[in-house]
Amino acid sequence: MVMSWIWTGIVLLSILCAAATGKGGQLSSAAMQGAQAGVTLAVSMAGAICLWSGVGKLMAVCGITGALSRRMRPLLVRLFPSAAADVSLAGDLSANICANLLGLGNAATPMGIRAAKRMVRGDIATDELCRLVVLNTASIQLIPTNVAAVRSAFGCTAPFDILPAVWITSALSAGLGVMAAYLLGKVRRG
Amino acid sequence: MTDYIVPILLFLAAAMALRRKENAYDVMLQGASEGLKLLVSILPALILLLTAVYMLRASGAMELLSQGLRPLFALLGIPPETAMLVLVRPLSGSAALAVGADLMAQYGVDSQVGRTAAVMLGSTETTFYTISVYFGAAGIRKTRYAIPAALFADLVGFCMASLTTRLFFPE
Repeated sequence: MVMSWIWTGIVLLSILCAAATGKGGQLSSAAMQGAQAGVTLAVSMAGAICLWSGVGKLMAVCGITGALSRRMRPLLVRLFPSAAADVSLAGDLSANICANLLGLGNAATPMGIRAAKRMVRGDIATDELCRLVVLNTASIQLIPTNVAAVRSAFGCTAPFDILPAVWITSALSAGLGVMAAYLLGKVRRG
Repeated sequence: MTDYIVPILLFLAAAMALRRKENAYDVMLQGASEGLKLLVSILPALILLLTAVYMLRASGAMELLSQGLRPLFALLGIPPETAMLVLVRPLSGSAALAVGADLMAQYGVDSQVGRTAAVMLGSTETTFYTISVYFGAAGIRKTRYAIPAALFADLVGFCMASLTTRLFFPE
């Protein structure tokens, strides 16, 4: 429901703003371009998503996920208690977190969504699902390759010199985000 | 070293599956077709979200918002020059990358603003996109506190990006 309000609000804001600034002429073509951009983006992601779903399936089969899962178990079980009893949920969750750490965002998404689907109880987000989403919206990647590529494109000689700053920032934002989720979960339940 | 992470991962996954006498290629094919189904479930959300973002940009609302937010950003210790980046970051990954690259070009890639923009891009995610993808695929209608908590994480990220850049690269 929140997304409905956000979406409607954005469209209304655009109309009011375009009317005020006299940019109404571009608005309808922008809407069509945006819709097309959605398709373009999906098509340009298609290869990566399919490839990493395939590799993810392969990892599940060859035992990498199992090994990672065991390493991450203490942390996982704290954040997602139902992963303690559900081996394949624990596998998807740890694979999602590992892929995020490696900066393979497209690889993380399919596994994260599989995990999310196993956490669903009806159409209401559970506490665990909220924590999973917060963890995925707070980027926890070790090597931000895209940003480094942009930086070297502008002639930066040490594109990775921002790494310590990125690590501290990511760790604090993910940590405090999950903490906020815990607090909000307690408050909302009353 | 980072150049080889992806190719080595691809090789290791296939080689280890082969060692276990699994049909690596068939398994990957199966996974790839699952990926395609996933993509189809994401596509509608992607189209709607980008439509809204494009309208917001075309109407000039994004520029007005960033002008209006300048005093607040100064208060949070975030360089006001990055206001536009902070605004689009949760909405659109490609728009954020474009705005960030523009900041790096404009102020210099090793400037305070340029580095802050890079750290912001590297340590935050496209929050609304991620939320719509996860909740869309899981069929969730009531998102409860997920959006405020995720936006709080973003805010911490933006403030910390500005702070760590100031600490590690004093001018």
